[in-house]
Amino acid sequence: MLLQGKVALVTGAGRGIGLTTAAVLAREGAHVVVTGRDQAQLDGACAGIAAEQPAAQLTPLVCDVSRPDSVRDTFQAVFKLTRKLDVLVSNAGVLDDALIGMVTEAQIRRVFETNTFGVLYCAQYASRLMQRAGGGSIVNLASIIGVTGNVGQAVYAGSKAAVIGITRSLAKELAPQNIRVNAIAPGFIDTGMARSIGPDKFTERVASIKLGRIGTPEEVARVALFLASELSSYVTGQVIGVDGGMLI
Amino acid sequence: MNATDKLRAAFARALYIDSGRIADELAYNSIPEWDSVAHMALVAELERTFDVMLDTDDIIDMSSFGRARQILAKHGVEF
Repeated sequence: MLLQGKVALVTGAGRGIGLTTAAVLAREGAHVVVTGRDQAQLDGACAGIAAEQPAAQLTPLVCDVSRPDSVRDTFQAVFKLTRKLDVLVSNAGVLDDALIGMVTEAQIRRVFETNTFGVLYCAQYASRLMQRAGGGSIVNLASIIGVTGNVGQAVYAGSKAAVIGITRSLAKELAPQNIRVNAIAPGFIDTGMARSIGPDKFTERVASIKLGRIGTPEEVARVALFLASELSSYVTGQVIGVDGGMLI
Repeated sequence: MNATDKLRAAFARALYIDSGRIADELAYNSIPEWDSVAHMALVAELERTFDVMLDTDDIIDMSSFGRARQILAKHGVEF
């Protein structure tokens, strides 16, 4: 198993890509701290993983990454529980599209506080826990939209482009501590978030994918596993597209 | 070795300075050895020495040797 004896924390793990990533990391032997904003959803996520993997080591913790105090309390709890952290997958994200003339300040704040500020808050604590253990791997979930931009998604694109800048900067800053930092830029992945765009846009998006189909959360999670594990021991500061050859 | 002596020794190791130079008034950026890079190394040394995890606010607030003692006390270290 690739992550035997490792401790991993996944944000936004109650559903979608985060949930699948938590399951994949647990399958590879990691003790996974499963975090999200909704306790009931986290309990359900852990129960689902445990049903398929009875030996999985899972710890659900409520964490709202947009709130520094919540992130602080979560990482303090991890410290008390395990005294270390080897892997952070910063996956928590929100999507709130609108044409630029109709974007509210509240929308901008909500999207950036979760998608961007949350990545920074988590990296602050995770990097120090990782340093104690001699290194680690941070995997940030960006988006193809943060690379290419898209109509009606200026706010979301900005928040995810920032994640790429954060990733590349932290890769340089944390390399001396043997902490690798990489990002994944998923394309169109079959989650509740993707389904929320409506049937017409959904069909249009799938038509723009060279592989001719939507991606699965498992396909993103397997790249997260690669970046989390020693399989990628010489990879840092990279943004890996998982998009089936999508064009926007 | 009492907690203050352990703290002084941790400062000396992290900042590469003689422990005789360390007093309550020793402040961040007041000597060339205590810059921002050394500050993060100091935080790591304190966390290892006292087996605590400091909050981000603590790190920013830790402006002197004396203040470090107060912050560690908040995390349960007895001086």
